[in-house]
Amino acid sequence: MAGEHTLKRFDEELERLSATISEMGGLAESQLAQCLAALHERDTAAAEKVIADDARVDALDEAVQDQTVKLLALRQPVAVDLRVILSSIKIAAALERIADYAKNTAKRTIVLSQGTPPPAAVSGIERLGRLVRTALKDVLDAFTQGDVAKARDVWERDEEIDQVYTGLFRELLTYMMEDPRTITGCTHLLFMAKNIERAGDHVTNIAELVSFRATGHGFDEARPKGSAALYATGTAS
Amino acid sequence: MPDGSQVEYDKTVYHPVRGENGTALDIEKFSLWYSEKQALFENSLVVERGLVTALIGPSGCGKSTLLRSINRMNDLIDGLRIGGQMKIDGRDIYGPGIDVIALRKRMGMVFQKPNPFPMTIFENVIYPLRVDGVTDKTMLEETVERSLRGSALWDEAKDRLHESALGMSGGQQQRLCIARAIAGDPEVLLMDEPCSALDPIATSRIEELIDELAGHYTIVIVTHNMQQAARVSQNTAFMYLGRLIEYGATETMFTTPKAERTQAYITGRFG
Repeated sequence: MAGEHTLKRFDEELERLSATISEMGGLAESQLAQCLAALHERDTAAAEKVIADDARVDALDEAVQDQTVKLLALRQPVAVDLRVILSSIKIAAALERIADYAKNTAKRTIVLSQGTPPPAAVSGIERLGRLVRTALKDVLDAFTQGDVAKARDVWERDEEIDQVYTGLFRELLTYMMEDPRTITGCTHLLFMAKNIERAGDHVTNIAELVSFRATGHGFDEARPKGSAALYATGTAS
Repeated sequence: MPDGSQVEYDKTVYHPVRGENGTALDIEKFSLWYSEKQALFENSLVVERGLVTALIGPSGCGKSTLLRSINRMNDLIDGLRIGGQMKIDGRDIYGPGIDVIALRKRMGMVFQKPNPFPMTIFENVIYPLRVDGVTDKTMLEETVERSLRGSALWDEAKDRLHESALGMSGGQQQRLCIARAIAGDPEVLLMDEPCSALDPIATSRIEELIDELAGHYTIVIVTHNMQQAARVSQNTAFMYLGRLIEYGATETMFTTPKAERTQAYITGRFG
């Protein structure tokens, strides 16, 4: 950024906005980690904590909305300042969605703990979760450091996340076909996998927003996509 | 030596929108010295016909000097020297054989403070025609109505045309000055901070007027108010220390300026 504003308070307000986003990011990251840990441990209490803590993420999202409305109305920002503020609203919305997916995953963990889902499928979800968690952590670092190259690296990694998700989808279908008694458990796992994959998409959006706030545009070319096989009409083999 | 018509523009900081009606003013490597002090350094930009072009920059950056060079108002200053060229419709404004009075008739000018003459509203508007010796009553009356309508003042002024212009409010006086500037049917309107002495309501009226006049006239406006530049212009030139730093589409200048210094200035980080 091009140094400090003549008006110091404007700088303070922008810093406060970024601090709120960072706090929200840290919390979303922790929610995602906690819901995966709860799944791994079959820990209903931990899952319930994730569900309860979602309200904190929502509160921070509201704080971001309040701060941005005030900044827009009172400071009439342009250029990089305007982009920082616009991207903040969108990043907050993405983080709020990621936390929602963590919450939904936690809810399903509670249901799952009453049955016996296939352990191999659970570890597949954990692997997907680790990928998305790392991507989220990296994109938040990129945000804090304003590092567009790092954001781009995260953005490109979404392809791998999509591939793991596709593999998991096939795997779960196979389990369900082999043993219909697993259908309930596997369906929950499938929704969890979808949740985490969607969280990964939001991470990708944040990566684009990190680029937008620095340069005024996202990553121009189409994002690498690896999940076309999902929409083939044949059954998984 | 090239004759000055071959200006190389650095596309990264030169990205104006093009109008549909070609070029009104062609400024090529224009420099200006007040005695020993150089105020403008090889400024090159093309002003599109029918568009509004805003000149912005901190005090002393040369934006008013550049504006006043367009109608040669700086000529009266002792020790003034210029370099480069400035053309209107392809003719060198500073070329030999240019009739300065005729040149100025092609350019209306509006100043920072409203400067109506101490005479009636009617006489103020037709002043340029009086200077030309026009006496045709119908023509004068038509000009008054057309100009006052053009400056959005007709409804307020039509019943008091023969009262003194000095009884009007500041905003009305400024619109009267705009009426006077367009009475002679110029091609270019030069505005030097036309709203800086006006309240926000009067300012909005003038800005609306600028919007309406664009298309009929080519408008070049100097303003300290960056938001005003953003609101009324299609192209914005940012100047700093006598140099043109960036000239581009106003939209781009205020969302993704290319030059670091432009960004610093418009976001309030120096100046």
